[in-house]
Amino acid sequence: MSENITFEKKKHITVLFAGDSGDGMQLTGTQFTNTNALYGNDVSTFPNFPAEIRAPQGTLSGVSGFQLQFGSNEIYTPGDEVDLLVAMNAAGLLSNLHKVKKGGTILVNTSGFDAKNLRLAKSEENPLISGLLNEYRVIEIDITKLTKEALKDTALSTKEAERSKNMFVLGFLYWLYNRKLDATIQFLEEKFAHKPELLEANVKVLKAGYNYGDATNVFTERYEVEKAKLPKGEYRNITGNAATAIGMIAAAHQSGLDLFYGSYPITPASDILHELSKRKNFNVKTFQAEDEIAAVSSAIGASFGGALGVTGSSGPGIALKMEAIGLAIMLELPLVIVNVQRGGPSTGLPTKTEQADLFQAVYGRNGEAPLAVIAAKTPADCFNAVYEAARIAIEHMTPVMILSDGYLANGSEPWRYPKVEHLRPIKPPFAQKSDLSDDVFLPYHRDKKLVRKWAVPGMKGFEHRVGGLEKEAETGNVSYDPENHEKMVKTRQAKVDNIANDIPQQAIETGKESGKVLVLGWGSTFGAIKTAVMECIEEGMDVSQAHLTYLNPLPRNLEDVLNRFEKVLIPEMNNGQLVHIIRDKFLLNAVPLNKIQGVPFAVNEIKEKIKEIY
Amino acid sequence: MSTPVTNTENKIQYTAKDFTSDQEVKWCPGCGDYSILKQVQTILPQIGVPRENIVFISGIGCSSRFPYYMNTYGMHSIHGRAPAFVTGLRIANPELNVWLITGDGDALSIGGNHLIHILRRNVNTNILLFNNEIYGLTKGQYSPTSPEGLKTKSSPYGVVDHPFNPVRLAMGAEATFIARTVDRDPKFLREILLEANNHKGSSFVEIYQNCIVFNDKAFEVYTDKTTKKKEVLMMKHGEPLIFGEDDEKAVVLDGYTPRIVEWEKEGLSKDDLWIHDMFDKYKANILIDFFDDPKTPHHFPRPFGIFYKKERAVYEEMVNKQVEEVKKQFGEGDLQKLLKGEHTWTVE
Ligand code: SF4
Repeated sequence: MSENITFEKKKHITVLFAGDSGDGMQLTGTQFTNTNALYGNDVSTFPNFPAEIRAPQGTLSGVSGFQLQFGSNEIYTPGDEVDLLVAMNAAGLLSNLHKVKKGGTILVNTSGFDAKNLRLAKSEENPLISGLLNEYRVIEIDITKLTKEALKDTALSTKEAERSKNMFVLGFLYWLYNRKLDATIQFLEEKFAHKPELLEANVKVLKAGYNYGDATNVFTERYEVEKAKLPKGEYRNITGNAATAIGMIAAAHQSGLDLFYGSYPITPASDILHELSKRKNFNVKTFQAEDEIAAVSSAIGASFGGALGVTGSSGPGIALKMEAIGLAIMLELPLVIVNVQRGGPSTGLPTKTEQADLFQAVYGRNGEAPLAVIAAKTPADCFNAVYEAARIAIEHMTPVMILSDGYLANGSEPWRYPKVEHLRPIKPPFAQKSDLSDDVFLPYHRDKKLVRKWAVPGMKGFEHRVGGLEKEAETGNVSYDPENHEKMVKTRQAKVDNIANDIPQQAIETGKESGKVLVLGWGSTFGAIKTAVMECIEEGMDVSQAHLTYLNPLPRNLEDVLNRFEKVLIPEMNNGQLVHIIRDKFLLNAVPLNKIQGVPFAVNEIKEKIKEIY
Repeated sequence: MSTPVTNTENKIQYTAKDFTSDQEVKWCPGCGDYSILKQVQTILPQIGVPRENIVFISGIGCSSRFPYYMNTYGMHSIHGRAPAFVTGLRIANPELNVWLITGDGDALSIGGNHLIHILRRNVNTNILLFNNEIYGLTKGQYSPTSPEGLKTKSSPYGVVDHPFNPVRLAMGAEATFIARTVDRDPKFLREILLEANNHKGSSFVEIYQNCIVFNDKAFEVYTDKTTKKKEVLMMKHGEPLIFGEDDEKAVVLDGYTPRIVEWEKEGLSKDDLWIHDMFDKYKANILIDFFDDPKTPHHFPRPFGIFYKKERAVYEEMVNKQVEEVKKQFGEGDLQKLLKGEHTWTVE
């Protein structure tokens, strides 16, 4: 046991696990995240992995990374600069070195730096001896060897034994940051419930990693990140896709409808389908359709039948769904469409994040086809966004699209989950006997909000036909009348515009209500913008933040909010889309800040831009 | 498709008129669609399903206007996708009696993918494919069932595409009820519609339908009095496959090879002929391939009636059954528990 170990207090720490896509980095990162969250830290994560399932081993393109920031204060991003990089091989080190803080720590698995690994990483010299790492503190451990050593008395083959080396890393980090092993052991017990030999091996290695820290002098200090002072309440950790799935179930439950989810597998949205298909005991019916078009069409069919029809996909799949979404706009049936955005166009960057489908969401259909659009801002906020999307879809009888993205989908954070009784009730506008006039049901008769009634097959006396041809006001019969068409186009627009009366006014998220610079964002840029604005304010600058949840229709007071500032900066992970909409709607000279690299903004990138225009 | 009758206590006696909507029917005068509409409206009072439980869903094309003319629930959806709408609706409510109206372009071209998948899943619905071997609504282009050589607006020198035989496609997709009928024979059409409705699962009915404007007389040899008896092979379960002016011809099987015989001349009795068995998949496959051009010498007659029928589990019933089983296994979902998840902590 080493003596003289001290604890150094830290407010927040950023760790990046990097290794081969077969090294289990995502699992390691997730476990480390959960343990810190359970301990009481605030956490934000950023998993980053290749599109290929088995990318070439040991190469730069095969590197899988999991970055997280945990802290005793509120954490909004996975961190700009890495305090500790865990590099399982040369490729993991070389492709992530630029992210490490000068003077930061790099923990390397020396087995991953043999001649073969160096060659695969296209490194002529061994970075461990070349002097490349002179400015960092490097901890060299032969993790592979120590793992095999720990398992030498078991029946596992060398290969099987090697596979648990990520547990050594995890155990070592638990020692370094003074965390308990319990949650991970519990996880392993569940995962290997039917494979006792693997359970035993993994737990053994996990403990070996912890004890290695304790027994050696590789670190003379350990770090203590105290519990975060988060708002009081009960918390859990959640990813964006899980929050999206649970949000749908909650909305169906609170509206008394069955949930129907029609989907076709696509990265990074498939986890929503996986999550929902496990939850059939909530009357969830999942349908893995033959293609994207069938997925959305089946959801509309289910809505026609009185269920909450939902479909989910990513950009390329959404493009295929658009004709059917146009139909749902004509039919005026509830439909929720989830777009977990990824890098585009076309197949683009399937596993990378981007916000480039805003135009597609707001404008991407033939004809005048207004669609309500909502965006989630953090992983846990996906719950609120999809719940709200479902509420609007049902109560306004209209399709609603929710925009998530790859970063939110796979990222996670602590979530102060709601109490069921605090969830806003959702009231489906089902047709009643009183909606019959002279025994006739007028399917396109509207209430004050311009919402029509929902009559579902099986309801006697309400038999009616709907379809994609232009319909006559009130009766819904096919009509080619010119005046009627114009009236219906305007009515459908007014109906969607009316949603603005049913959503909150735009609030200022951070900073003063008026002033010099307002940073306006939407979607997953929330955390980076918030941190940048908070830091600027601390430095004495006059900067505020507003973040849009409702992208169509926009909040009623948005123009007023924007006009209270001298300058408006709009950072987006695209080539400038919200900025177009804002300029177009309000003739306002907003300043764009665009990043289109498949990775989220760093806080500093936003701060620099604020300072540039200040 | 077959549906449980839901309100047996105060069963309403419907007439065809009860299924007629107030909308003016707008097909071209003389279009085969009129007959099909009429026969459907005629049989619905016999199926014992309350009107509010009946739904017609169509895609796009002349035939797909059908739901507007039915006084039931209905949806005129988008091109080719009706099977997906039907599947979603049936999963949401397996009690409904659902009819899918489609055409050769809608079902076999733009919607080919959805058609094969609804058939393989065996969603309980009646699929009426109005085959007129042409695109009518877009004014006369060739379709995936147009015969080779047909001159149309988009094939002025003749079609070079090989056509689909829709029932062959249905068999390939493992449909559980496959039939062919024709607009001009109302009684036979009604018979097949009723059989289709009685079958539990996807009932695939190809209806030869005359487009008087763009492809008139495409099926004349099968409907005209002077040629019909020679060219039509009526398949009746348990009966021999006999045809010809004076029923003098018949089909027999030599091993797996079908052969046309003049049975009485050859001294054969009815028992020696091919007795139609709609449950025999192997024989159905042979009959389905009787798809010769009637202009070629020594061609086989075109079969009409039910090729094949098989009981197989219905998709949406299994989907809903699984929901019930999972509920039984894990108990009715508790939303608060779901929100809470497995690992929580409290911030004081
Ligand atoms: S174009 Fe042909 S199929 Fe269409 S309505 Fe006219 S006759 Fe019937």
